[in-house]
Amino acid sequence: MEVKNIRIRNMKTGDFKENEYLEEYLKELRANGVNIAVAKLDDLINWGRSNSVWPLTFATSCCGIEFMSLGAARYDFARFGWEVTRNSPRQADVIFCCGTIVHKMAPVLKRLYDQMAEPKYVMAFGACAIGGGPFKSSYHTVMGVDQIIPVDVYIPGCPPRPDAMIYGMMQLARKIKMQEFFSLSEEPGLMDFKRIKAKAFEAIKALKDMNPLKKDEKGGKR
Amino acid sequence: MKDMENLQALLPFAAIEQKENTCSLAVPGKNSYEAASLLKNSGFDYLRDIIGMDYGDTLGVIYSLSSSENPEIILFLKTATSDKAAPKFDSVIDLWDSADLYEREVHDFFGICFVNSPDMRRLFLRQDWRGFPLRKDYDARPEINPIPLGNENLAEMETLPVLDIMNADDKFEAHETVFDQSEYVVNFGPQHPATHGVLHLRVSLDGEVIRKIDPNFGYIHRGIEKMSEAYTYPQILHLTDRLDYLSGAINRHAVCLAVEKGLQLEVPERAHYIRTIIDELTRIASHLLGWGAMCMDMGSITAFVYGMRDREKIMDIFEETCGGRLMANYNVIGGVMADIHPNFQKRVKDFIPYMRKMLKEYHLLFTGNPIARGRMDGIGYLSREKAIALGATGPVGRASGWSNDTRKIDPYAAYAKAGFKEMLRTGGLTFDRYIIRLDEVEESLKILEQLIDNIPEGGYAAKTRAIIKLPEGEYFQRVEGARGEFCVYINSRGDKYPYRIKFRSPSMTLVNVLKAIVPGTKVADLIMLGGSLDYVIPCIDR
Repeated sequence: MEVKNIRIRNMKTGDFKENEYLEEYLKELRANGVNIAVAKLDDLINWGRSNSVWPLTFATSCCGIEFMSLGAARYDFARFGWEVTRNSPRQADVIFCCGTIVHKMAPVLKRLYDQMAEPKYVMAFGACAIGGGPFKSSYHTVMGVDQIIPVDVYIPGCPPRPDAMIYGMMQLARKIKMQEFFSLSEEPGLMDFKRIKAKAFEAIKALKDMNPLKKDEKGGKR
Repeated sequence: MKDMENLQALLPFAAIEQKENTCSLAVPGKNSYEAASLLKNSGFDYLRDIIGMDYGDTLGVIYSLSSSENPEIILFLKTATSDKAAPKFDSVIDLWDSADLYEREVHDFFGICFVNSPDMRRLFLRQDWRGFPLRKDYDARPEINPIPLGNENLAEMETLPVLDIMNADDKFEAHETVFDQSEYVVNFGPQHPATHGVLHLRVSLDGEVIRKIDPNFGYIHRGIEKMSEAYTYPQILHLTDRLDYLSGAINRHAVCLAVEKGLQLEVPERAHYIRTIIDELTRIASHLLGWGAMCMDMGSITAFVYGMRDREKIMDIFEETCGGRLMANYNVIGGVMADIHPNFQKRVKDFIPYMRKMLKEYHLLFTGNPIARGRMDGIGYLSREKAIALGATGPVGRASGWSNDTRKIDPYAAYAKAGFKEMLRTGGLTFDRYIIRLDEVEESLKILEQLIDNIPEGGYAAKTRAIIKLPEGEYFQRVEGARGEFCVYINSRGDKYPYRIKFRSPSMTLVNVLKAIVPGTKVADLIMLGGSLDYVIPCIDR
């Protein structure tokens, strides 16, 4: 079979967007000056966090095999401090969403995401996780992970090569680096010591008031 | 042929049609069980697949049968019913053990019920799914089946609906559940690193010992078969790579062969050789990953890293010639997509002695390791009879002594020209399944060695029309995938789209094997046994 009129436009280096907006955004935010101690501490903590991200071993199909290659000898993501793959979502920082998500899997993925501790990140690997991919016309496919959970980094490919995965990881590391760890209290989900402290007080109070014989409705059912 | 005359005498009510080694028998719906049991008793002990069909005005079922004595003969037992509101056939679950999951699949996709089957749950879709997707009048609007927000109700997943024919309305009655109240049930998956994909196992435990296991599929069901009905043949090829992604090139080969058979296309000899070499490289890559993953399931990370390291060598060869690493996307209808890279032969020739050296290292590192042997010896026995009844093809069946290598039985491409042995063992234990994969890698290297220098000159692909229309009829092709017999069945009505396409997944029967061999073993062994069977879940779910 002959395919006609295929034109592949090679990408020039200049066309390649390196996501510089991340650093520019940070510069803009800090233009009016920040508390030097907090900002430096932020930078230090984020430097540490971005170099020790623990992924959840989550793979549904083909991209999972490339994820395994990524973990094995040649590509070896241990070089970047990402190698501690966790089998429990409670210990993981990032979900590598490798593969198609279908209707039956959607609530499971949502639950895994909900079980992860803040701050948490999601990376969509491959065409299926981005937007349904080759299975777009199917009756049982979710058209992209972002329909269920928020996504930080999209990595195209079917499946993406391990090098592309490493590039995506680097982008996430940059994103982590520009996060303000101590402030940003309005944004839900980010760490806020005041809120945590208040919550802890509430929890202790609740524990003291708790009557062991009285079960609340939800707790009893479990 | 003599066999066929015998068949007509055996089944006087059947309309028999024969083409080469394929024979199809059409029987009326009420006689289907009788015909099935007569065939079973006359030696057809291997149920390859059950294919559901929507013929438009009737709904039907096709049983694909073979005998372990005469595996080259393929028999299709066809039956149909015009009752589209409540279609039902007699269950053949008591004749072949593998029928269990197949019948549930047909029920899930077509709404066909099987009388006397103890378990009529949906196999892939959620129990609350509306409609039967593979019927031609299925309404696929997303409003009818929106993305579910909550997890599936476990009680609903467990009750076994049984078709009650004593009841006048033919209603489903929930007679019993998979597990009783007293059993201690643990969820294993769907997201678990040792399930080799997203398989949900419900495991009933007695202390550390497993009593019963109930697999739940469908967490990666993408509806490839339904999608294919609206795709042209060259488009379908891309989906087949994503079925069993570890033997993607082999799956694609099967579909190409089936379509070429229909078009009566003469494929150049060069393409046959290249396809065979690519298939064998894929098999080695798949077995290396299977070996590594199995060893990792036993706790040996080193073996996994070794396996993946040597697999990368094959990925390099693929990348150079096919352009893709994992998804080779190389076979097309009529040949291969592009000619081989000038470095291809040299690279493969370098790889063969390297792999031989590494195999020795594997044996040194792991096979003789007393800890590994302690885990593997004497566990997970699968007898030859059980393997045939369950339809466990591939290395698992051959480890139990069932000779089922399609490359030998029904040689395709250039396999007839290469001298190789079919690896057979008689133990049927975990260790046999472990060692047979490494032995098969060695045999594959032998095939590569013989073919690589003898690739004939000539074109790499035959010319085909821009729009490929398959003549009306049924086409069937089987190939030896890395996990067993991969089959494709195409029903064409002369259009550029298939009317129905069905893939026979070798992995589905392997999960059935797991169900059979696991009771009585410990939880830790469940993980290792899963590794030794080496199933790929997206191939099951399709």
